[in-house]
Amino acid sequence: MPFLSQKFNLQKRVKLAQGLWMLYWLAVIVGIILFSLGIFFKIELRKRSEIMDNNESHLVPNLLILVGMLSCGLNAFGGKLCHDSLDPQKFSKMKPMLRPYMLLCCGFNALLLLLVLLSFLMQFAVYLTLAEGLKNAIRFYKDTDTPGRCFMKRTLDMTQIEFRCCGNNNFRDWFEVQWISNRYLDMSNDVVKDRVLSNVEGKYLMDSVPFSCCNPGSPRPCIQHHLTNNSAHYDYDHRTEELNIWNRGCRQAVFSYYSGIMNSIGALLIFTIILE
Amino acid sequence: MAVGKITFTKTEREKLAEVLWLLNWISVVTGAILFGLGLFLKIEIQKWQEVMSEQGILYVPHMLITTGLAACGINYLGSKICLDCADTNKFLRWKLVMMPYIVCTFFFTACVLVGALMCYSIRSQLEEALYLGLRNTMRFYKDTDTPGRCYLKKTLDLLQIQFQCCGNTDYRDWFQIQWISSRYLDMTNSAVVDRVRSNVEGKYLMDSVPFSCCSTLSSRPCIQHNLSNPGAHAHYDERSQQLNLWRRGCQQALLDHYTGIMQSIGLTVLLIWLFELLVLTGVRYLQTAMENVIRLGDPESESEGWILENSLAETACYNFSIIKSLGKCYQVDDDPNINVPTAAANQEVPSAQVQVNVTS
Repeated sequence: MPFLSQKFNLQKRVKLAQGLWMLYWLAVIVGIILFSLGIFFKIELRKRSEIMDNNESHLVPNLLILVGMLSCGLNAFGGKLCHDSLDPQKFSKMKPMLRPYMLLCCGFNALLLLLVLLSFLMQFAVYLTLAEGLKNAIRFYKDTDTPGRCFMKRTLDMTQIEFRCCGNNNFRDWFEVQWISNRYLDMSNDVVKDRVLSNVEGKYLMDSVPFSCCNPGSPRPCIQHHLTNNSAHYDYDHRTEELNIWNRGCRQAVFSYYSGIMNSIGALLIFTIILE
Repeated sequence: MAVGKITFTKTEREKLAEVLWLLNWISVVTGAILFGLGLFLKIEIQKWQEVMSEQGILYVPHMLITTGLAACGINYLGSKICLDCADTNKFLRWKLVMMPYIVCTFFFTACVLVGALMCYSIRSQLEEALYLGLRNTMRFYKDTDTPGRCYLKKTLDLLQIQFQCCGNTDYRDWFQIQWISSRYLDMTNSAVVDRVRSNVEGKYLMDSVPFSCCSTLSSRPCIQHNLSNPGAHAHYDERSQQLNLWRRGCQQALLDHYTGIMQSIGLTVLLIWLFELLVLTGVRYLQTAMENVIRLGDPESESEGWILENSLAETACYNFSIIKSLGKCYQVDDDPNINVPTAAANQEVPSAQVQVNVTS
């Protein structure tokens, strides 16, 4: 008993072949888009690998590139198949290749489905690597003289400026870390010495943030130091002041950027599955 | 002596018409490109128009936009004309329009050249506009509560961060203006009051800069205050001072940015001008060739095409005399029908006595 059987006369067969040929070429274009999206995502991950501890997984973009190329190849072949199917001679030559081609297409669709699941699930992995990477980045902010970490300051400053965020969860992360190197502290100064000694680990902690946390949209010049001390600044209440520095944490900001990319990749892949 | 005379056979004329039709369509595309370039320049200038003092520089993108639209229209008409020119009968339709069309296209091509040259010559005007504009913006940096100026702080901060610059010519420009509003100054503090009083105009001046001047390339946390006193900071040596803030002035940074854009646009417009000139020359040859064919009467024969019928000097004289005579419509010197008494004729020539035989 055939499943979902349909009757086709010559006219309908020709129309079907033509329609399928167009759809196959549309699918090739979508394959090219997937390929370029994969490359774009890979470049974005590479750009910010420093704040992700160089630990990020490139599984999704690599698979996306592979899927893009496969899609182009398979769909171009399918288009040629449709074009030849109208000619009985050419079709009889193609006939033995049809069954393996259909099986290959089914396998390809399964791969697409797997990729959709991955692109939604890997967001958790990105979140976790970001959390870990940002924590380390803040810790190594002051180590501009250590090889391997000397660009951490620049990267973190540019990230905070670009994504309009401050710290890992929020700006208070900077209070728990010594972000001014000992090279630039005047150790003969009593105030400095007291502060270092008052800390168990001998760290110079302050309630200040770097300049990259400053919000240009604030109506008053940026207050970076003594953030929790209302009396240190004229007409300043740290509990109600919202515009002075960025309130968002960088983990949240960078993660929403990447999850946006991954969600659009997932949506495009679902569209591709339907098309296939 | 015609300028640039070439003889065309019938097939050559038809080929010329086809090629010109194609070239005119390509010119429509380049006209659209010109329009796009003008639009892009307008958007780029408007992005930072708050730090420029006058809007006089907007005439360059406006010129490019109008020329681009004119190019699309003129070349579309040109393609229609060239398509019909292959056939002598259809050419008769356009015969009267051709000459004005060519004159119009010639002036339009001159406009394109002017547009390209303007792109290169605008630098000095831009420099002046940027200097004055940045000076005013820095002066109004603190006025975030004054309507009309409340976004100047944000604009200037974003400008300094994006273009990696500080101040007008140098970071020291910030030392000469009060960039902290009096709203945030504690006037009961004696140090503050002393500083305000020590200045002639009552301004609170400091040797500090805003945070947006801080360089991200520095290896130490940014030093914004007490900049003229290096000893106030620990281990603040020459190298640290070099890397601490952005060294370039924003006037220079913006000037370089816009000059780069304008130079590339200028180059593209020059290339488009050369292309338009080529198309114009081709259309002129086609027009003269077709007119000569009609004059000769035989559509199959060869005909000559030229750029100018007589030499350049003669054509110039002829055109000048036309323009001169335009103003002389009421002067009757040359009209043979009116009897103007000349000096010779004023001598009374005794009229011959007509003998009238009066028959009595």
